[in-house]
Amino acid sequence: MIDRIAQLPGLGRPQLPPLPMIRRQQIPEELGRATLLGVALLYLLVLVALPLVIVFVQAFAGGVRSYLAALLDPYALAAMRLTLLTAAIVVPMNLTFGIAAAWAIAKFEFRGKNMLITLIDVPFAVSPVISGLIYVLMFGAQGWLGPWLNEHNIRIIFAVPGIVLATTFVTFPFVARELIPLMQTQGNEEEETALSLGAGGWQTFWLVTLPKIRWGLLYGVLLCNARAMGEFGAVSVVSGHIRGQTNTLPLHIEIMHSDYNYVGAFATASILAMLALVTLVAKALLERRQPELRARAARQAV
Amino acid sequence: MRSAATLSRRTLTRLLGATLTACTLPGWGESKSAARTSILNVSYDATRELYEAVNPQFAARWLAQSGVQVAILQSHGGSGVQARAIIAGLAADVATLGSAYDVIQLAQQARLIPANWATRLPDNSAPYTSTVVFLVRRGNPKNIRDWDDLVRPGVQVITPNPKSSSGARVNYLAAWAWAQRRPGGSEATAKRYMQQLYQHVPVLDSGARGSTDTFAERGIGDVLIAWESEALLARKKLGLDRVEIVAPSLSMLAEPPVTVVDQNVDRHGTRAVAQAYLEFLYTPVCQQIIAQNFFRPRDPAVQQQFQALFPAVKLVTIDQAFGGWERAQHVHFEDGGVFDQIYGQ
Amino acid sequence: MAEAVQTWPTRVGGAASPRGPWTPAEGATRSERQFRVLPGFGLTLGYTLFYVSLIVLLPLSTAFVRSAELGPMQFWHVVTAPRVLASLRLSFGASLLAALINAVFGFIIAWALARSRFPGRRIFDAMIDLPFALPTAVAGIALTALYAPNGWIGELLAPLGIHVAFTPLGVVVALAFVSLPFIVRTLQPVLGDLDLEVELAAQSLGASRLQTLLWVVLPTIWPALLTGVALGFSRAVGEYGSVIFIAGNIPKVSEIAPLMIMTKLEQYQYGQATAIAVVMLLASFGLMFGINGLQLWAQARTRGRRG
Repeated sequence: MIDRIAQLPGLGRPQLPPLPMIRRQQIPEELGRATLLGVALLYLLVLVALPLVIVFVQAFAGGVRSYLAALLDPYALAAMRLTLLTAAIVVPMNLTFGIAAAWAIAKFEFRGKNMLITLIDVPFAVSPVISGLIYVLMFGAQGWLGPWLNEHNIRIIFAVPGIVLATTFVTFPFVARELIPLMQTQGNEEEETALSLGAGGWQTFWLVTLPKIRWGLLYGVLLCNARAMGEFGAVSVVSGHIRGQTNTLPLHIEIMHSDYNYVGAFATASILAMLALVTLVAKALLERRQPELRARAARQAV
Repeated sequence: MRSAATLSRRTLTRLLGATLTACTLPGWGESKSAARTSILNVSYDATRELYEAVNPQFAARWLAQSGVQVAILQSHGGSGVQARAIIAGLAADVATLGSAYDVIQLAQQARLIPANWATRLPDNSAPYTSTVVFLVRRGNPKNIRDWDDLVRPGVQVITPNPKSSSGARVNYLAAWAWAQRRPGGSEATAKRYMQQLYQHVPVLDSGARGSTDTFAERGIGDVLIAWESEALLARKKLGLDRVEIVAPSLSMLAEPPVTVVDQNVDRHGTRAVAQAYLEFLYTPVCQQIIAQNFFRPRDPAVQQQFQALFPAVKLVTIDQAFGGWERAQHVHFEDGGVFDQIYGQ
Repeated sequence: MAEAVQTWPTRVGGAASPRGPWTPAEGATRSERQFRVLPGFGLTLGYTLFYVSLIVLLPLSTAFVRSAELGPMQFWHVVTAPRVLASLRLSFGASLLAALINAVFGFIIAWALARSRFPGRRIFDAMIDLPFALPTAVAGIALTALYAPNGWIGELLAPLGIHVAFTPLGVVVALAFVSLPFIVRTLQPVLGDLDLEVELAAQSLGASRLQTLLWVVLPTIWPALLTGVALGFSRAVGEYGSVIFIAGNIPKVSEIAPLMIMTKLEQYQYGQATAIAVVMLLASFGLMFGINGLQLWAQARTRGRRG
């Protein structure tokens, strides 16, 4: 039973049942524990929390009014629209793929499965710079398909389709990675029963499988969405940076920053930071909602 | 089940909404009506403010002239990145880049423009110029006056990486030109000077704006080598009292060129408006805007008017000092070139 | 668990069948037939292969083909140039260091979150995912603002002579930031599931806490720790957005490999850029295979112990 739940942030937080904290032993041990806890929290605070804090501090450095002005700037709004649009296309695409891949991998045996799993993982470890570059090599005017696309007046890179493709690549593994281990642990019995009772394939999927995996699915979607909205490197290579047209939010941040508009840059960044926070809260809520899932994930983890 | 159903409905609504917004995005469903046209100006980082001021003026003039409303789209980024994007298919109608080397690539790598592009407009097709200056902290505490002050002990210099920033190549070449031309100077002394100079550089940002940020916001370094246009803009945006500008005894004339991208305008049917747009840059009205945005104008009358802003500096050109951009690139910046030798390769 | 147990393919990417390397072999194995009760195999696997080929394989192959134009000699020459080697060494070295630092602190954090109850515990737990969700460019700008000599943290460190921003140390900090979630999240479920009783038993037998840690806890979590480090490492190696702001980009000192790719592109040397990309891609493939292998090994171990 391969357990890939553990690999990504997102799934299977083992919210432990209350621990038996019975051992009120010696003071030194309590002290050691407190020190360890302090070290852990300090590391988290310095490394993770401070960058978040500084984003908001800088965003409001010019007061609320200039904060709002930065966000309501037409270029910022256009960037927001494009970012939402990209996510709205990419997430369903990777969602469909994730379900298909998980179904094939978790429910069936076939040769080369391990290879396939690795391939699905590869985009995770590819440098964003390379992820953008390969699409230029493929669809650029001097790339493989460039001349043909040019002839037919189809624009892929430096337009929305290119941004969508690069984002799809970068967020490729997330839904599949959540679903594969989940569906593997759940097994096939219930589906097989449904089928033997005369249900059709789609019916079985909608009524039996989907309800079982929907929370895992949502985790995957949340992660995929957060990454899709925040991708910078790969999108930067294929965007073309046309103001109001092909700039996404992260690119807009870079532009504001290099324009010496620090309040604007951090204000826009705060939107994405808030998105990150919303993602985290949503995740925590999902976990609370589905205690069985958590417990199961925790049990399967070893 | 119920909640899953509502959820999917909500997702659907959101998707639909997003698709609708997509259709309203400009350029997605480009209108083909005759009375409206758009051109894309692919430019580099330093001209953002300039073209923001130029575009509405030109649009008004073009409307009066031809009755056609023109929308000018802007794209900004590192000059080399932008040139590469045009070569890879970014549909620029005009390219207004940072250095001739990048425009030459449009002709050489992809034949998007003819080889004689530089002669098609006056002044080497560069309607505005700039020079290389020093930005120092208020009061010039390290008393930096000229190039040799940069290599004094304890002086830290900020400049971007000439391998990744076209603007920084001009900085580099300006320093070289000074070192070679000073009394007793030769290629060997110039190289030694450059070696010393880059030993004083603690951070090599990948672009000019990154260097300005490192110098002004992060407080690193005693002097920033920058284009005059960038130095003046930074001084305006970051507060007049925090930095000062020092002009060296000899500097380089930077000539950011502009060109129509022939293959693209012929495809889009925008040659007339693109051509007019670039010619507009040479008009007295636009030369004023150019000067107000800290680039040196070509028009003598406007030059006269902005004398105080742009003091006279002894300048050499790349052609004079290095025999053109391509040679400079080959000798200094290619792999194994002088810059790599400076870093001991 | 039992029903999903699989006989893993003996040979990865076995002999290519006419329909492509990953379609099932013509003669179905026993386990295959057993699973064939469920519908949709052809559809889902077909779609998966199509999508993987379209989005991942085909675009990635462009990098390999483009770099092949160089020829083996020149390829070797490009990737072994001192500056390129130095950047690869920095990218891989700093990533490894960041992953190892996170192995220590990640372990402590995962341990603390699993074994302690304190106010705000859920918030701290949620915070771990932040580096994952925060756009890298934002992280880069924020980290630089913090660690520059005039930043909140940089100000404290500067008098001590410690410079983080614009040095290789800055690269390590940025990479530690991006790789933290992967290590903590890999460890958490395993630590959470660790039998407290075993530890208590060990202690009641007179083992010190350190001994318990070394001889009881560590062997159990070892595979997860290794997997986490490998994941964090592979995420860090390619990182660009957050590093570029905080690295000094000085050749041979603080220049990362992805920046070398950008620099090569800047000189219109696509072949050379893709050559460096190919080296990094091969490393990614290797790492991902290694991680999957690690997990198989870990499962085999647990299965062995339990069975």
